[in-house]
Amino acid sequence: MAAVLEALLREEVTAAAAVRWLARGVPDAEDAPGEAAALAPLEPLRKEFVPFLLNFLREQSSRALPQGPPTPAKAPGASGGRGALARSGRGVRSQLFPASAEPPAASFGEPPLARRGGGGRRRGPVRERGGRGAGGPEEGGSGDSPPWGGSWRPRASSSPNPSPAEPLNLSNLEEFPPVGSVPPGPAGVKPSRRINPTRVSAERSLSKPKTCFTSPPISQAPSSQPQVLDNSPWGLDLPLGCSSLQEEREMLRKERFKLLHQSPAPVGSALESGLPVPSRTGSLTPEPADPGKVSCQQRLQLVAIVYSSCITENLVPSLFLELFFVLQLLTVRRMVGVEDDDLEPSLGGPLKRPLFQNIHDCVFFAVQVLEHQFPVLSHLDKGTLKLLAENERLLCFSPTLQGRLRDAYEGSTAKVSLLLSSPAQAVSFQPETDNRANFSSDRAFHTFKKQRDVFYEVLREWEDQHEEPGWDFEKGLGSRIRSMMSQLSAASSHSHFVRLFQKQLLQMCQSPSGTGGMALGETPDPDVLSMLGADKLGRLRRLQERLVAPQSSSGPCPPPTFPGWQGFFRDFILSASSFQFNQHLMDSLSLKIRELNDLALPQHEPSEEDGESDVDRQDERKQFASVLLSLRLLAKFLGFVAFLPYRSPDPPPTRELQESALALRNQVPPVLDVLTLLQQGLQNHQAVLTVPWLVEFLSFVDHIAPLLDYYQNVFSLLLKLYRSLILSGESKRRICFLNKLLLLAVLGWLFQIPTVPEDLFFLAEGRPDTLEGDTVALVQGLDTMPVVDQQLLYTCCPFIGELRKLLASWVSGSSGRGGGFVRKITPTSTTALGPQAPRTSQGLQAELAQAFFHNQPPSLRRTVEFVAERIGSNCVKHIKATFVADLVRQAESLLQEQLGEQEQEGGAPAQLLEALCEQICPEGTQALTQGREFCRKKAPEAVRVLLPEETSSAVLRSAEDIAVGLAMEKACSWLSANITALIRREVKAALSRTLRAQGPDVAAQGERRGCSRACEHHAPLPSHLISEIKDVLALTVGPRDPEEGITPEQLETLLRQLKEMLQCRQFLCPISEQQLAKCSVELASFLVADQVPTLGPPGPHRLERGEARGLLQMLLSLWHEDFQVPVPLQLLLSPRNVGLLADTRPREWDLLLFLLRGLVDRGLMGRVEIETCLRSLHQAPWPEDFSEELATLSCLFLAEPQVPGPRLRACELMRPPRGTVLAQS
Amino acid sequence: MILTKAQYEEIAQCLVAVPPTRQSLRKLKQRFPSQSQSTLLSIFSQEYQKHIKRTHAKHHTVEAIETYYQRYMSGVMKDGTAPVLLELANEVDYAPSLMARIILERFLQEREESPPSKSVINSMLRDPSQIPDGVLANQVYQCIVNDCCYGPLVGCIKHAIGHEHEVLLRDLLLERNLSFLDEDQLRAKGYDKTPDFILEVPIALEGHIIHWIESKASFGDECSHQAYLHDQFWSYWNRLDMNFPVTCHHASFNSLSVGRWMKLKHNSISGHR
Repeated sequence: MAAVLEALLREEVTAAAAVRWLARGVPDAEDAPGEAAALAPLEPLRKEFVPFLLNFLREQSSRALPQGPPTPAKAPGASGGRGALARSGRGVRSQLFPASAEPPAASFGEPPLARRGGGGRRRGPVRERGGRGAGGPEEGGSGDSPPWGGSWRPRASSSPNPSPAEPLNLSNLEEFPPVGSVPPGPAGVKPSRRINPTRVSAERSLSKPKTCFTSPPISQAPSSQPQVLDNSPWGLDLPLGCSSLQEEREMLRKERFKLLHQSPAPVGSALESGLPVPSRTGSLTPEPADPGKVSCQQRLQLVAIVYSSCITENLVPSLFLELFFVLQLLTVRRMVGVEDDDLEPSLGGPLKRPLFQNIHDCVFFAVQVLEHQFPVLSHLDKGTLKLLAENERLLCFSPTLQGRLRDAYEGSTAKVSLLLSSPAQAVSFQPETDNRANFSSDRAFHTFKKQRDVFYEVLREWEDQHEEPGWDFEKGLGSRIRSMMSQLSAASSHSHFVRLFQKQLLQMCQSPSGTGGMALGETPDPDVLSMLGADKLGRLRRLQERLVAPQSSSGPCPPPTFPGWQGFFRDFILSASSFQFNQHLMDSLSLKIRELNDLALPQHEPSEEDGESDVDRQDERKQFASVLLSLRLLAKFLGFVAFLPYRSPDPPPTRELQESALALRNQVPPVLDVLTLLQQGLQNHQAVLTVPWLVEFLSFVDHIAPLLDYYQNVFSLLLKLYRSLILSGESKRRICFLNKLLLLAVLGWLFQIPTVPEDLFFLAEGRPDTLEGDTVALVQGLDTMPVVDQQLLYTCCPFIGELRKLLASWVSGSSGRGGGFVRKITPTSTTALGPQAPRTSQGLQAELAQAFFHNQPPSLRRTVEFVAERIGSNCVKHIKATFVADLVRQAESLLQEQLGEQEQEGGAPAQLLEALCEQICPEGTQALTQGREFCRKKAPEAVRVLLPEETSSAVLRSAEDIAVGLAMEKACSWLSANITALIRREVKAALSRTLRAQGPDVAAQGERRGCSRACEHHAPLPSHLISEIKDVLALTVGPRDPEEGITPEQLETLLRQLKEMLQCRQFLCPISEQQLAKCSVELASFLVADQVPTLGPPGPHRLERGEARGLLQMLLSLWHEDFQVPVPLQLLLSPRNVGLLADTRPREWDLLLFLLRGLVDRGLMGRVEIETCLRSLHQAPWPEDFSEELATLSCLFLAEPQVPGPRLRACELMRPPRGTVLAQS
Repeated sequence: MILTKAQYEEIAQCLVAVPPTRQSLRKLKQRFPSQSQSTLLSIFSQEYQKHIKRTHAKHHTVEAIETYYQRYMSGVMKDGTAPVLLELANEVDYAPSLMARIILERFLQEREESPPSKSVINSMLRDPSQIPDGVLANQVYQCIVNDCCYGPLVGCIKHAIGHEHEVLLRDLLLERNLSFLDEDQLRAKGYDKTPDFILEVPIALEGHIIHWIESKASFGDECSHQAYLHDQFWSYWNRLDMNFPVTCHHASFNSLSVGRWMKLKHNSISGHR
């Protein structure tokens, strides 16, 4: 595998070619033959390259991020021969159910923070390297890698092995909250020479599986190494050789530990104390990084390109894991020095030199990769962008990237709050399902009543107690729950209880944006608002967030957890341990999931300009988020319950057991046909809805499930989807960027779940086949709509927030200056915020409204909310169509005035716009008043119509009031935020319209007029007339048959029709008119030259002079009165047309003279203009006699008295001579 | 006016290897007196375009151009007033306007030693008096006015027909009180691709639901239908509505018609909600 990398580093192969090779497999036509040749023999290794590269990078960075293996046991096969394959074993990643002796129930029973440590709890490492840490055998069974950290370690390592030699990992999260922070203080740790790599690898040959830590387990060939398969993937019991290795490892570790504490640490005395070193200490000043000191830019650049391309092409299992790793490299504090003899001598080629020789290399590499990943970065939340943009290393290594990030930060509106709010409210009595008629007997009815009470009692108790130390769910509530469950005898009671359970679950656990009160829920608590003011409220929020929001989810690849209230429901299920209940719950969850998944979410018009539809779009997003979060919650619990019976902490120890389990379970139909739902989702272009909940469901699979035929199909389809979601590429499916990002994030996370076999990712063929649905013509689906925003992304994938925490801890650690995530909190008085705070009427109102809805049928609430939503939206549209339109008209007239003034003063249009906006925008505030008025008028009408006639007047009035309030709130909040921008945009558009209208030809268009109302549009069609004139012209220039010709009457009719048509204009478009003008001029020229073949009584002859004059008169009148486009009259005097005269004999000049006079008389051409034309005619090469005649004509024409009649003057005043404007046709 | 497929075929049959000139059209009119000139011209144009598409390439080889140019030069040397270029075009079975373009290009190239820009050529074809050589100007002009399938004049006629039909269609819609959004309104709303009209309330016509209307000036045979579908139809489909993809145009799939919109006028139209 290394061969590829080497070829790359030796520049035998370009980075681009390598990536093409990776992605497609076959060398491309674009590749140079040399490159193809270099890559071709490596074909069998293609699939291994990405894992190799990832491990290579992790391993190379191990000195910078010393959490990794101290001295990587390098697979000697740097040449990447097949030998590497043989050693490949399964790397273990995070362990959801750590291999401790704990019963699974207990493992679920713990809050995530406590469980985080997995096997070595509490001792849990603090720093995820986010790496598939090169868990070679000498990593042994270590607990030194967080089992949840996403590192790729052999599964064998899951056995708890509390090694004392792990001082660096000791820091404890409760004390040092932000996880995923900087490398702790192993500064100055030198890789111990005591670890003799050669010896270790010698040992390895005896020991366990030749687990190449770099490779995914490709060699599953059972025939060759059966015991490998028995042990390595599942490996609890290590083979003998391995355990001896284990001991050795232990010893080495101890040695290293000693060394660490003996070695004079330059900084941080805490290190020497041997005490737990906090992961993030302000005292640890980072080494400065200097772009000038980068050791081998080119190499780093190459690797960075390949690595970035792998990320971009979705060849890595988790995008955010890699980003996390890169950010770790960016924020490296200190690096162990390099000593040449540390390097394994057996290595040859360019890989011999370590990739990262110093801290500068790390940062340089990281910045390179980040540059490539800018599109993703720019879609992160504002906080992360800020931290990135303020990162001084970034600034120093790539000012451009920093600039782009700063721009992105400034343009970003993606403020993400990680605060979970949980409005705890009981599910109200639902008459339609909860009344007596729905129960089989009175007894069942009353039992259910009691159960309901018990359930809420248990819930309240949990609420009060669960955070107290020493309280245990099972002990406290277990027996009560079970006795309650035992009373549920009839099947129907189960279903009632399950319905209650599920509703309560949805009500309590659905995170931030909440379901129910769409606007009610979101408004800031008015009491607090009134006390603090909006500005301070924001701060309070942030503070609250820091205090309440889970400081740390668990690294970039946390296991599935049940935060907050969800914990109650999970524990309830576990404690109840009732088969019937679980079955009913699964049925009910499945049904609800199907229901929500099929819910038709509204689709807005495709490409309407923003503006008004913003309001609707916001709502759509909100609705989508709410549905999606509900689905995820339900799917999570469904997955939890469905796979509960099969769950075990460890995979089956032997292949036989696994096989038999597979055979058995392949029979069982899946609890919910997720495969079909997924296929439908892809087909209907709503992957963005289906996949996230499916991932939640699948995250609970047990070890066997992914190997079942059915789920294998699901996973492979998901993988295809993942591979097809190239962020940069304009894919055929046209999925929005953030939608894609969400899909990538959840899928990436799923692929890191320990029970999901990792070979699934790397072994599948590189390129996605066409996904189903691709062939279908593009349709509008959820995928193509911007339904995901950062808030939803971060809510669904809280681990993305780890990036921010990592960066924040860098800030706090590096400079010690304030800012960033872990700023000191200055305590302030809290008395004002106490629960006894007096309620404002507004707050009370909101609560009253909630209470009101609570006791009414749900349809009432839906109606009111619907009305509020629609009226709010209509209000904005109405304001835009009336108020804003008026303002714009006002602006236009102002503009006209100012344009007049401007002609004297001369100012730029941009300044004009500014001035106008300043004048107009303040009036925008009136929009709010008008908006309120609109809502007050419309909302009650709608409510009245929509509610049942029988609704009592009091209820009706309340419903109306609430609807008005909500609608106003919605409309006004949008208007106040956007009205100025809206007015500005509209005025700008109007301005550019007006400016354009100043152009010369549009001025002519303004004059354009249609036919009178009485006109019945019976005039011939322009197309017909063009065609007719074209025929006449063709006849004239020939060739023609001897008997062919046209009668003067026909010509006359043609011109008359032309006149009619030009007067009607119904069907005329400018292009036709221009063409007709031009053709008419040409016709005139032919008439003047007497070349039109006419048919008279005896046969073809020439037009009589009188007839010709008559026709010319008609033409003159057409040009003068009817054409509204410029007529290219100067063509009459073009050498070509005058030249026509030269061919006729005897030459007739008087028609030309007649025409010229006519032109001047009608003011169609000025004398001067004609003079110029005539003069230029002389320059053309003519026969001598023709030149003479032409000269005579000129003299004759010019000699005529220049006495324009009064009519002419008038004409000239009214319209400028046409000929001056050249027709450009 | 609906033309059956058989009628179309019959007309098309007569057009094989006929030069696209005034005379040919005149003969066609005599042969099919019941068809309007515009119908015949439309079919002629359509068929001839197919022919040109097939043979276009062979007239543009360097050798062919050189041969044509030499023949033209020797022709006008003999007699500049004879229809040299037009006859050359007819003889080699190529559209006169296109032949004029070839020769003009070649002529300018020789004069200016660099290939002239497309816009210069187009402008000279539109107004031959700009052509620096008087004889060539006349020759080119003759080709253009005699060509009934190609050239700027024909282009303009087609454009005019398209516009006229749009106006007619609009009138019909107004007359029927069908509320619609036209292209300009759609563009103002930000649609990137727009059909001629979108009906605000769909209508049912002959059992089809019609949601938007695009009128095509050119004659619709099956081949051009395919091409049209490919270029425009799907792009509307993707944008407007996947459920009501019925178009009403000039010609339908199975029965060829000039002005299908005429049917709109005569058929009973039921409002559809």
